[in-house]
Amino acid sequence: MTATAAGTSAASAASVRSRPVLAWGLAAAGAALVAAALLSIAVGSKSIPVGTVLDALLHYDARIDDHVVIRDLRLPRTLLGLVVGAALGLAGALIQALTRNPLADPGILGINEGAGLGVLVAIGIVGLTSPWAYVWFAFAGAAASAALVYAIGARGREGASPVRLVLAGIAFTYVLHAIGRAILLTDSTTFDRWRNWVVGSLASADPGVIVSVLPFAAVGAAVALGLTPSLNALALGEEAGQALGVHRGRTRALGAVAVTLLCGSATAAAGPIAFVGLMVPYAARMITGPDYRWLVPYSLVLAPILLLVADVVGRVVTRPSEVGVGVVTAVVGAPLLIALVRRRGRLPRL
Amino acid sequence: MRRSFAVGLALLATCAAVAVVALGTGDYPISPAGVLRTLVGRGNPATEYIVIDLRLPRVLTALAVGAAFGASGAIFQSLTRNPLGSPDVIGFTAGASVGALIMIILVGGGLLEIASGAVLGGALAAAAVYLLAYRRGSQGYRLVIIGVAVQALLTAVITYLLARANIFDSQRAALWIMGSLNARGWAHAAVAGGALAVLLPVVLALHRRTLVLELGDETARSLGVSVERVRLTLIATAVALAAVGTACAGPIAFVALAAPQLARRLTRATGPNPLPSAAMGAGLLLASDLLAQRALAPTQLPVGVVTAALGGAYLIWLLGWRRTA
Repeated sequence: MTATAAGTSAASAASVRSRPVLAWGLAAAGAALVAAALLSIAVGSKSIPVGTVLDALLHYDARIDDHVVIRDLRLPRTLLGLVVGAALGLAGALIQALTRNPLADPGILGINEGAGLGVLVAIGIVGLTSPWAYVWFAFAGAAASAALVYAIGARGREGASPVRLVLAGIAFTYVLHAIGRAILLTDSTTFDRWRNWVVGSLASADPGVIVSVLPFAAVGAAVALGLTPSLNALALGEEAGQALGVHRGRTRALGAVAVTLLCGSATAAAGPIAFVGLMVPYAARMITGPDYRWLVPYSLVLAPILLLVADVVGRVVTRPSEVGVGVVTAVVGAPLLIALVRRRGRLPRL
Repeated sequence: MRRSFAVGLALLATCAAVAVVALGTGDYPISPAGVLRTLVGRGNPATEYIVIDLRLPRVLTALAVGAAFGASGAIFQSLTRNPLGSPDVIGFTAGASVGALIMIILVGGGLLEIASGAVLGGALAAAAVYLLAYRRGSQGYRLVIIGVAVQALLTAVITYLLARANIFDSQRAALWIMGSLNARGWAHAAVAGGALAVLLPVVLALHRRTLVLELGDETARSLGVSVERVRLTLIATAVALAAVGTACAGPIAFVALAAPQLARRLTRATGPNPLPSAAMGAGLLLASDLLAQRALAPTQLPVGVVTAALGGAYLIWLLGWRRTA
């Protein structure tokens, strides 16, 4: 019970915030998201004034070059950032709740790498080219690696402790990454097509890919949002959750399905991106406290902001070439991982 | 002690056998007898060219680099008193890559400049990880996770450098980063072998004091060992060994982690085991390189891919199937 006591004392500061405050905060985050999206459309190798951006969105004119750039390049890329960011943020919040592990992140745990390997197998070995077809391989890869990492991490005496789970994910990622490398190196056409994609990038935004992953991501998001009340009960621990009438098995199974759909579609569209699912729920928890009914929506809104801003930074920092968005999120996210691991004493349980 | 000696000899014999197989394997296969005949100078000009000029430098580089990584890993694991505290885990290898890349891309140097850049970068990164993870003992798993986080940061730096570089430097650097033994000539074999010949005797000379150091600083001091000086010398030697390996073959993953542990399983000895680890590392890297050349032939994989796959699987095994790691 000491863990719960520590949790409530840590949360007490946050729980002072009342519902209206949290609701207004969510609205402010939504406004920030709109601003980030406009920024992502405006900034690039050719900067376009925000006025022109709004103009192009509201009164599109194919004769104006800037409008064409916005419609054909910047808009798909920004939409992709929105979808991928939201999916990764939700998946991170969900997986932290399910494993009760503040270090959990679909990238660190190897789930995104598994989905990525699934796509590589689909393209490089099976020879699929349509995103409708290979997104299923991404789901299979994500589900298989999630199950395997959890099975490896849960072995041994102390069970799936936060650190063991992360370690299992790290080891598993090494293997998956090496297998992926081997596939890429044996097949130069696959290598050429997916060189940029492997590092996690929004640059190759293709409307077809966005359209084909969107339904899956939407279903995953709906399941995740529907689960939030049960997540609170799950966070209280096994006995308390059961006493409150939550089916642990069902919650976990649905959560795993949602994580698979979200990570699979995000990775199929943009490649493996780590640390977003670590950072965003962490930041959201600082605002909302441990209540998942607020934490999950906040993650949903904050994650795309992070991803879009990271993508803009990646575009600007090495102009005229670009750095993938996954690289930028690693620069911000890795120090947070270090800080969390360095925390005094045991890691806080969720 | 006697068992360690026997294991060391057996490992060396295995290395020699694998080396003969490796020398005979390739687009132009040569029988083991033919290889041996050529090595003692009684082959025909064709086999002489293939074995001595083309394949031998690569095999020798693999052996020397593997031995350097193995010995370095043994010293690091003994110093950190942590079976996971090998140079690749604590960020040395990633730091060495950044240092080498800075030399390749920003300075534009040859083998010597790349090597010194690798030493400096690796030492800085390893020191950072060790300091970040240090907190009154019990740092086993924390070390690994912080190492991975620092590696993620350094990988970002690498990507940034590659994006900035011109296409020629970028290709050269990208090839280097994978860790490969392709196209290694006598210069590489000489550098790696020479460094090994200088550094291994240092390790041997310090062996008794390393043993005492593992008993704890207090005990070692009361036994008359100047703890700080021995530790500093050991760190410098281990860093130099890992740096030479990295400079000659690129950042090859996991040999330094796995070789000392596997060697210990065979010798069943406690305490530091740099020599059996060196022999084990040499054998592991040579066998991995053979696998990398033949597994997906005709495609030549970089050996780093093979060691990463094997090493990751080994780490999983350690985590899941061993009670204590």
